[in-house]
Amino acid sequence: MCLGVPGRVVAVDGSVATVDFWGVKRAVRLDVVDEPVEPGDYILNHVGFAIRRIPPDDIEKTLALYDELLSVVAEDDLMAADVRGEIDAAEDKKRG
Amino acid sequence: MSPLPSMMTGKIGLKHGAGGRAMRELIRDIILKEAQPLRPGSVGPDAMDDGAALRVGDQWLVITTDSYVINPPFFPGGDIGRLAVSGTVNDLAMMGATEPFALTCGIIIEEGFAAADLERIRDSMQAACREARTEIVTGDTKVMGNGELDGIVLNTAGIAFSRRIVSDRGLRPGDRIVITGTIGDHGLAVMAHRHQLGFEGALESDVAPLNDLVAAALEAAADGVVAMKDPTRGGLASALHEMAAKSGVGVVLDEGKLPLRDQVRAASELLGIDPLHAANEGKAVIGVRPEAVDAVLAALRAHPLGIEAEVIGSCVEERPGFVILDTGFGRRLVSEPEGELLPRIC
Amino acid sequence: MVEPRADNKLKFQEPKKARKMAQALARALGEIGRAPVSVMHVCGSHEQAIAKYGLRAVFPRALNVIMGPGCPVCVTDLPEVDEAVALAMQGVRISTYGDMLRVPGTAKSLADAQADGARIDVVYSVGQAVELARKSRDEHVFFASGFETTAVATAAVLLANPPANFSVLSAHKYIPPVMEIVAEMPDTRVEGFLAAGHAATITGWGIFERFVERHRLPVVVAGFEPLDIFAGLLKLVELIRDGRPEVANTYPRCVTREGNRRAQEVLWKVFQSTGGRWRGIAHVPNGNLRLRDHFAAFDARRRFKIDLAKLWDYAPPSLAQVCICGEIMAGTAAPTGCPLFGRECVPENPVGACMVSTEGTCRIWHQYGGHLNLGDSR
Repeated sequence: MCLGVPGRVVAVDGSVATVDFWGVKRAVRLDVVDEPVEPGDYILNHVGFAIRRIPPDDIEKTLALYDELLSVVAEDDLMAADVRGEIDAAEDKKRG
Repeated sequence: MSPLPSMMTGKIGLKHGAGGRAMRELIRDIILKEAQPLRPGSVGPDAMDDGAALRVGDQWLVITTDSYVINPPFFPGGDIGRLAVSGTVNDLAMMGATEPFALTCGIIIEEGFAAADLERIRDSMQAACREARTEIVTGDTKVMGNGELDGIVLNTAGIAFSRRIVSDRGLRPGDRIVITGTIGDHGLAVMAHRHQLGFEGALESDVAPLNDLVAAALEAAADGVVAMKDPTRGGLASALHEMAAKSGVGVVLDEGKLPLRDQVRAASELLGIDPLHAANEGKAVIGVRPEAVDAVLAALRAHPLGIEAEVIGSCVEERPGFVILDTGFGRRLVSEPEGELLPRIC
Repeated sequence: MVEPRADNKLKFQEPKKARKMAQALARALGEIGRAPVSVMHVCGSHEQAIAKYGLRAVFPRALNVIMGPGCPVCVTDLPEVDEAVALAMQGVRISTYGDMLRVPGTAKSLADAQADGARIDVVYSVGQAVELARKSRDEHVFFASGFETTAVATAAVLLANPPANFSVLSAHKYIPPVMEIVAEMPDTRVEGFLAAGHAATITGWGIFERFVERHRLPVVVAGFEPLDIFAGLLKLVELIRDGRPEVANTYPRCVTREGNRRAQEVLWKVFQSTGGRWRGIAHVPNGNLRLRDHFAAFDARRRFKIDLAKLWDYAPPSLAQVCICGEIMAGTAAPTGCPLFGRECVPENPVGACMVSTEGTCRIWHQYGGHLNLGDSR
């Protein structure tokens, strides 16, 4: 549960930030955020409260982790799997 | 304890007015229960289409009526007056009748309603009539006591003559599904306004009369346009479910092709709303034969209200009555919304 | 450097990468060499994301992803809804999240109460509920649902001088204890847990270390974009394959080991955990969050005399005893194994948690006649 949406802080006024959610802006309260936030920072919003300042490095960290997870599977193996996938898809189509 | 036979037990709830399955059951099980089929060759209430079509000589007389309640009556992008004219003009247009001959208007007003607001609504109705090249030719006014009504209720009826009729059930496998523009604009704009969600950014209703746009599509394709519906309450999801069920086909949508404004996408993510469930008041979903799709799309995009028109899916033989969304990751069934859309936390 | 969101979203939503993850997942399952391997997520938002992106259609068949008791709205117990309905019928103004409006109580839901004339406001944030109270002289009660993530927001407004006519009826729940319940269920097939990323943003992933030690089951904290979910499942299956009961965090952009300390302070200053029933599941020790004595003045349960008996006079006999939601959630039974399914228990009139949520197992089965194989996307 817990719908969480990331957004970018555009202004801070005391304990309230204006956050851009890439389309609409909304006031988000900073009462419980873990670190001080400034304009330009990314935050995770839940029910109008920032529950986390998302350090930019951590976005990269997540991506690096995923690449590492994938690296366990050798590249040629993946290509082979891709080919297998295509064969499966073609067969599905035939059946289809 | 005996199993519940249907949703139609006990009292009428708000869900019965929300445009989804519950509303169709209410109409089918109570309102139309004793209805006799209309004279042969006509489209009557049993079709549960956007309006009725009666054969008169060598043409059709198309009639429709709709009541409008919206809280608040004024919202970003429009008001109840523009909604009442556009909605009825669009219901006629969805039957293929793109030249609304005349409208009627009944108004029920709550005691205490500001006269200035009524004037604004009147002006807005007249402006929408000019856009649709029609007029309100007669009407009726009632006032009810304070608290007996929520502000104002409008009812409009419309008539039009047409040489041809387009139903909402003409789809067959292979047909393409076209939407005339971005989805969810009206629903999200009204919801954000009503619940005072404090969004900054242009969330605006798309409410507009579509008769000219639809005329352009019909002109471009002769018999290539086989089904139409305006995805109002219940959104694109409900409109497509109804079209798919009545036509006996499955519909597969390509999520990547769905036109969606950034604002609507952002608001729907924040509120946990599926934009497929959100109402549109200025869009049509059109079923087109594959050979006609290029011509229809070009004609729509040449019109100011159809610039963002897109082919969003196609009809298949499998799973009649179901709507399937291809997300690019996998596939899922599109559900129908139940009741009014509400912001979610989880 | 931070890219604009469009770019980020593309990265965490890239279908090609997701397919590779799915292939890696299939391979890891193949190495386990038996089927099905059952894992459980305890987060409604995971189910939402899985459903929204149609991921079930591309999960390897050997993987059984069970939806656990992760929807705080679904597990809100009947008497909790009854309290809110009773207050509303007593003339108190109720505000609540949209999710709660249609959740049925013993006799009726808040939506039914609204139809009967009660004054109920749907809010997006508890902040709005406080503003409503501030603008009014009436008594305003916020019917608060949600896990610790959401409870933090409720706690924050109680610490920020709310008006005297504002109070809270807490149905907040705390997730970690229910994982113990599921792990200890007899016949449970769950071999690992996908933990809720946003709840863990508050509590930190360290909270699962003791659980892992006690139950020897791996726990992976995962995010909510398609790639996040695949990555979480992949890590979890790898830990199962390797026989490593550990906690892993595949959502480092939002979750740390310690979590959000400030939010934890706010949470526990205002709330304490107590035992209570979760609808259709069990009595969960420490599973409910209730206001501490210090905040008694803002506790609707202590501020009002809530007359439930009056409501129960009209209530139908309890079917809850027959409901097998707990077994369905534990993956030991299918909805069709429940005598109430599709009869007394239907989406419009649900008995158990699995029928309440649009993503609940019973709800999905009822609507679509079981899990459908819709085929692969490409």
